[in-house]
Amino acid sequence: MICLYLGVWGVSFDWVTIAFMDGYYGSYALVAVLLAIGVAIVAGALMINRLLRPTRPTPDKLTSYECGVDPVGEGWAQSQVRYYVFTYLYVVFAVDAVFLFPWATVFDAPGYGVTTLVEMFVFLGVIALGILYAWRKRVLTWT
Amino acid sequence: MLDVVLHFAVILVVFLALPLVVGQTEHKVMAHMQSRLGPMYAGGFHGWAQLIADGVKFMQKEDVIPAAADRRVFMIAPGVALVPYLVVLIAIPLDDGFVGVDLDLGLFFVLAVMGVGVLGAIMAGWASANKYSMLGGMRAAAQLVAYELPLVLAASSVAMAAGTLSLPGIVEAWQWWWLPWQAIGGVVFFVAGLAELRRPPFDMPIAESEIIMGPMTEYTGMRFALFMLSEYAGIVVLSLLTSVLFLGGWQGPLLPGWLWTLVKVFALAFVVIWLRVTFPRFREDQLQKLAWAVLVPLALLQLAITGVVQVLV
Repeated sequence: MICLYLGVWGVSFDWVTIAFMDGYYGSYALVAVLLAIGVAIVAGALMINRLLRPTRPTPDKLTSYECGVDPVGEGWAQSQVRYYVFTYLYVVFAVDAVFLFPWATVFDAPGYGVTTLVEMFVFLGVIALGILYAWRKRVLTWT
Repeated sequence: MLDVVLHFAVILVVFLALPLVVGQTEHKVMAHMQSRLGPMYAGGFHGWAQLIADGVKFMQKEDVIPAAADRRVFMIAPGVALVPYLVVLIAIPLDDGFVGVDLDLGLFFVLAVMGVGVLGAIMAGWASANKYSMLGGMRAAAQLVAYELPLVLAASSVAMAAGTLSLPGIVEAWQWWWLPWQAIGGVVFFVAGLAELRRPPFDMPIAESEIIMGPMTEYTGMRFALFMLSEYAGIVVLSLLTSVLFLGGWQGPLLPGWLWTLVKVFALAFVVIWLRVTFPRFREDQLQKLAWAVLVPLALLQLAITGVVQVLV
């Protein structure tokens, strides 16, 4: 089995080498190879487990665990999601934060300087104001 | 080609061996902090082989998948939780010039891929069709909403200071005075990272005294072992990232670079264990409050400090 995995890995690696090693995406080819190795590790571990383990399922063993009593109703029980407003907040701010990354690498480049600094404080001010607003509107308390 | 194989070999050792060392350290450190001895039998000398014995045991365990479960999602969830922590390692430098691939988007890549690991817990929580798992999965999702923003803001402060998103580039730009300069960001990043890993005091999704084992309630054998491995691999990755971003990675006097990396990683891993023994578990709403009222404002403050110092000094 391991030989098979290594074989597949070798083949795909050669293919990847030929197809993508050049250019910008070349560095991500190795990421894809490591991803494949990771998947192979998980699959290999589960394969070894399959070869070594006993399999004797009984109806009782396959019931959902609920502290030893028979399960009541369905497992996908409804519950109140108490943090959905946080989720909105998060989506809004996370999108803001993503724009920080490209900006962060160039903001002190020659010719920017104080202007970008002022812009940064405008940006931070908007986020801070947003959080303050959410706070005053009692969004940040568990409802 | 040989170079690539060497890098991959080292990455695999870091991924497969270091988590075990951290796990064994946790057994022993926690035990001694609680006036116990911890494992003493397996392997003969202070139970050094305990986790190997555990692994051998897990390998032979029956794989029980509940009849009510969403089988396919249930089966791949441990893989989704584990593999991202391996993929992340490719962009993290372990020594001067020793990195799998020097991605120019390294920091962004690392944060994005680490986020995928959490999906494993949410998938497991949903697919188990168990009320405790469900609650645990929901809590994991709630936690994601809380820590992700401070994590990203604190990390981008370092990117501002270094002027690059490449992780080796960040370590090369690092100077000792970044320690006080980026201290707030470092603490925010580490605390938010703990919440991402669902480590105590932020282990509400697992919370064994109230919801059994959260998303992992129905898991047995190898799949459960993969979840455990992902937790400890997560500790290694978080410690590595924190040391690379905030503590100067391989930089340091006298000792060789890789040893400095290792020393910093284990110092941080020790702190992770220490925090587990010290603090009681937070509640989910307390984490939200901590994140939005403390961590995010602190991270914004750090961004302001970084910007002012960078431009005016």
